[in-house]
Order: sequence, then structure tokens, then C-alpha cells
Amino acid sequence: MAHAVDTTFPDTIPRGKLNTRDLNAGQRLAVKYFSVAMLLFIAQILFGLLAGLQYLWPDFLYNKLDFNVNRMVHINAMIIWMLYGFIGSIYWLVEDEAGTELVGAKLGNLAFWVLTAAVTVVVAVFLLVQTGPGEHQSIWLINEGREYIEAPRWADFGIVAVVLVFFYNTAATFMKGRWSGISGVLVLDLIALAGLYLAGMFYSSNISMDQHWWWWVIHLWVEATWEVLVGCIMAWGLIKTLGARRKIVTTWLYIEVALMFGSGILGLGHHYFWIGTPEYWLSIGGFFSALEPIPLVAMVVHAVYDSGVHRFKNSNHPALAWLIAHAFGNFFGAGVWGFMHTLPQINLYTHGTQWTASHGHLAFFGAYATINIAMFYIAIQKWRGGVFMGSGIPHAWRWKWALALLNIGVLGMTMALLISGYEQSFVERALHGSTWAGYFEAQRSDWFVQGMVWRQIFGYVTAAGLVLLVWDLITIGKGETRPAEEPTATTVINSNETLQPSSA
Amino acid sequence: MSSTPWWADQDVWRKTAIWVTSLMLVALIMLTFDTVKQITAGSERVPAYSVINHRIYYRVDTERNLPAPVIGAEAPLFGVVLSEPEAAALVDKGKLTVQAKNCMNCHTLLGNGAYYAPDLTKAWLDQGWGAEAVREQLMLNFLMDPESNARGYGTNRKMPDMGLTEDEARGIIAFLKWMSAIDTNGFPRNFKPIKQEGE
Repeated sequence: MAHAVDTTFPDTIPRGKLNTRDLNAGQRLAVKYFSVAMLLFIAQILFGLLAGLQYLWPDFLYNKLDFNVNRMVHINAMIIWMLYGFIGSIYWLVEDEAGTELVGAKLGNLAFWVLTAAVTVVVAVFLLVQTGPGEHQSIWLINEGREYIEAPRWADFGIVAVVLVFFYNTAATFMKGRWSGISGVLVLDLIALAGLYLAGMFYSSNISMDQHWWWWVIHLWVEATWEVLVGCIMAWGLIKTLGARRKIVTTWLYIEVALMFGSGILGLGHHYFWIGTPEYWLSIGGFFSALEPIPLVAMVVHAVYDSGVHRFKNSNHPALAWLIAHAFGNFFGAGVWGFMHTLPQINLYTHGTQWTASHGHLAFFGAYATINIAMFYIAIQKWRGGVFMGSGIPHAWRWKWALALLNIGVLGMTMALLISGYEQSFVERALHGSTWAGYFEAQRSDWFVQGMVWRQIFGYVTAAGLVLLVWDLITIGKGETRPAEEPTATTVINSNETLQPSSA
Repeated sequence: MSSTPWWADQDVWRKTAIWVTSLMLVALIMLTFDTVKQITAGSERVPAYSVINHRIYYRVDTERNLPAPVIGAEAPLFGVVLSEPEAAALVDKGKLTVQAKNCMNCHTLLGNGAYYAPDLTKAWLDQGWGAEAVREQLMLNFLMDPESNARGYGTNRKMPDMGLTEDEARGIIAFLKWMSAIDTNGFPRNFKPIKQEGE
């Protein structure tokens, strides 16, 4: 049986308005996740702008909404909206990929509301309570105080419970329906992704031990399991938008997994240079992390090659544009910007400076924001009844300018932060012996400050792009009566791969 | 497909992915056992908490060609020699406070965190405290009332009032002193410590 891509846009569905009833159960759940993801994306940018302003005007909101609060909400909203996007993406594709109905939809729905309620409480506590006394109860109830995983411990248990439900929904649906290369990789990756979170759920007074395990969560998520997860979404996305051959995308996915885990697992060592961990990590971390860009090159080649083979004929122009942005963004942000300061000889000067902020901005956006946005466009197309989203759609300038402004904005912030980072490395580390006086000497140097000013300006550009993106996602396809172009021809003609029923 | 060369074969790459991932996981687990042993408090790289009873110096280790921590003569924090459990409890109080007050979203610790305020890895040894004799008191004053004792070096950036109790502030200072004795392979580069007795 050829993989059925032609069930996506049935003719019987009314087009041009939101039609939740005709989404499958997984997709109904997905659009809920996507909607909250967008709200958190807005929060991320808003609090990023506030934190950026505080670099320029330190008195702004001083002792009210201090930098540490704004920055915490900025990075947590990012992590959580991306997770919402990933979970939504998997719910979106699971029924299609498994060829059967979602197992445990009611439980999945309950988990969504539990998670969303928990996220709301956590953010409210971050903003209103902010910090607590130096007691265990603060870590359990208010704020864990560890970068990226600040959510208090009670919320950790909630997150684990919800992820288990999500895992059950996904794995059980594939078991009931059929397995494919994409779903096999996906399910194994989700086990790792969920399991790794446990490494961040304990307290230690030993900061070296704390950071050692903390990196198991942060690195092995962001530079390993998340990358494989987006590899799966990308593979499915290329089949859906381009009609790429399943056999080819699956082979590429395996290549990417081999290269990603082959370099990324021990690439963890580049976080073990300076935290008290043994010296052998300098060699191991340096070597393997230097290899980390290779799978990202493979992803670019794969996406661009597939698009070229299909002459860029696709069913959803904004989605494909964002998928291509993902391939390049991932390569430049995670790959090139990571590689630039991953060798210990360079990292000794750049670790803990604005270099890292520069890398972080381009990498998270390029690798993860982009592909989630692509999935939002894939979802809205079907949510509006499978409308035409090819060339010449009304108001196409909106999605194009949103794409341009968001990419220019983030790239601009990245370059500005890089210049500040260079300045900081030279002045603070090389010249002034890494003292507090050296730190502040760098912070007030002209070029550092100029970098911060330009970062803020490009932050506004990014925010403008986001406003346009929200507007576009709300309005695109509204009133459109033409049906979506089906990217089926190439797939059906060329694909001789059969998907295995799970009983086989 | 019979014409597919072996290097483009789906099955070959699936097996490669499984083998490579397994191999890397095994390597990581083995390295983790050794690393955890080497970073347990009381090891050579990460000292016991009672190191806060001593002076901490940095001297160039000629074999490794980098400055490494050297534990010096007795110099008890706040003038009181603590047993290992007492020292561990004080450092623990500091670490808990550092987390509960969300210090890491302005400062970096061992280079990780945010970049709005100075790295704290060797804050205990920073020249900014002026002289060894007044360091503890200056640190305590600063932590308890950071606005009046702001140390922004002309940037107008100042630490917010975190509402620390004296116990919490003392705990933080103990934590910072202990952290400054961790062997960080020469990070941060080119660090110039405060002058201390015995140098």
C-alpha cells in the first residue's frame, strides 16, 4: 500500500473558515497546543525586549521586574512554547502516520489542560512571587533557580506526568496502526527526551555535580533528542508539502540520527570544559562537538535537494519556506555559531560571554522556532478546510514579510550580540584578567554598548515580524475557496515502500 | 531496489544509526561513572566543604600549564573553624539561596547562567574586595544592602535587593568561597586574584 497522503484535503469539507470538526482527534489536540505555543512565543519576545532594555537602562523596572525575572520568563516561555509546538506537531501527524485514530484522546485532552493550567500558575508565580527564602520549599514551590529548567519541582512532576500521557497517546497509536521509519525513530527519541528530564529533577549543594547533570537535560535535549525530533517532523513535513519520497526521507533520517547521536552524545563534553569536570573532556568534547555541524549540513542538503527535485512545487508555500529557513537556520545557528566557539582553546575566552547569547538566539530560532512555525502553517491550511496556499494567495506579503522580519531580526540580534561578545572576550578576559572590574570595563565599552543598542533595534524588528506572523496565521486562507494542491503525484508514482502493520 | 548502492541503502543506515547511538551511549555512561567520582565533593578537583576554613590560592601548575587552586593555611570564614558537616550545611544554605533567589538569571556560575552581572566562579578571590582583611564584611554588606553598596563600576547596573537574611548572606559567602576552590581547568582565563597573606 502506498502511503496515503491524499486523505489530507477531502473535497467534502467546507473551505475558507476554521473547521475544527473535520480535524482528526490528534489534530484537534494539536491546534490547542499550537495556540498556546503562539501565546508563549509572544510572551518570550515581550520579556526578551524588557530584558534587552534593561541592558540599556538598568533603572528600568528595577526592584519591580528585575532582569533575572524577565530573562527567566524569556527563556522559559521559549522552552515551553517549543515543547508545546513539538507535542502539537506530533499530535498533528500521528493519526496520518499511523493510519488509525488517536488512542487515548480524552486522556490527551485532559493532559493538555493540566499542563496549560500548570504553566499558567508557574508563570504567575514567576512574575508575582519571583523568588523565595533559601529553603527547599522555594525550589519546590516558587523557582528552581537553574537556567532553562526554573520551573519549581511540583511542576516537574506535572510535566513528567503529561509527557507520559503524550508518550502513551503516540506509542499506542502507532502500535494499533502501523509503524514507519519516521515513527520508529520518533518513539525511541521520545523515550530518551522524557527520560532525560529526570536528570534535572534533583538538588545538590555541589555546583559541579548540579551542572554536570543539568547539562544532561539541556544539552542532550537541545543538541541531541530535540534535533532528532525535528528531523522526524522535517521528514514528515517534506512528504506532506513536497510529496517527497518516503524511502528517501527515511534514509536521510537514519543518516541524520547516526550523525546526530554520533557527534552530539559525546559532544556533551563541550559543556564539561570548565565546571570542575576532568581534563579529558577538553579533548573528547572538543573533538565530538566539532563534528556536530555535519548532520546539520546533511539536513540542509536533504531539504534543498528534495525541494529542487520537486522544483519547489509544493502544497503550502509558507510552510515550505519555513522548512527551508529551518534547514539553514539550524545549520548556521546550531552548527556554524556553535562550532565557532566550541573548541576549548576559543571557549576558554568566550564561555559565559555574549558569544553564548549570540549562538543561543540564532540556534533556538533557526533550529526550533522555524520548524514549529512551518507546522503552524501546515495546521492552519487544513484547519481552514484544506485551502489553497500556493502562489498568488491574497495578502501573501504578510507571510513573506513575517518570514523576512523574523529572520532579519534574529540574525541582526545574533550579529549585534556577537560583536558585544567579541568585545567582552577581549576586554574582560584577555586584557583585564576576568575580574569584576574587567567585566564592567567590557560592559561599558563603546562597541559593547553599540552591540546592545543594535540588539534592541533588531529585537523590535523581530517583534514586528511576530505581530505580522500572528496576523497572518489568524487570517491566511480566510474566505479562500480553492482547494489545496495535493503533492501526491510524485509520491504515489515513485514510492514502492509499504508501511508495516504493527501486527506484522 | 536492487540498483541502490550499499551506501544509500535504508537498512544499512538504520543499523548504522542503532550501532553508533549504542556505542556513544556506552562510552558516555562509562565516562560518567568516572566523572561523577572525580567531581564528588572531597575529591581532588572539587574540594570538601571544609575548604572554607582555609586560604585558597591560584598558582600556575607547570605540568598542566594553567593556574590551579592551592589550599593554603587555616583562614576560617567569619573567624570560626567549622567541622565538615557544619561547613557542608553552611555551603548548602548558600547554594539553596543562590537557587531560590534566581541568581543564575543575572550572573554566571562556572560560566553558566546569564550575562547581565559578573561571573561568580571566583568572586571570593576578586580584586574588587580591595583587601583580604575587609573582604568578608564588604561581601556581607553588599549582599544585605546591594543598592547602597552598589558595585556597578560606572555602568549604573546594580543588584536588586533580594531580601537576604544574614544567615542566607553568610551561606552565599561560604558557597562562593568553596566554589572558588574548584579546579576549573584554568577558567576564567587570565584571572588575577586578590592579594592574600602568604603570597
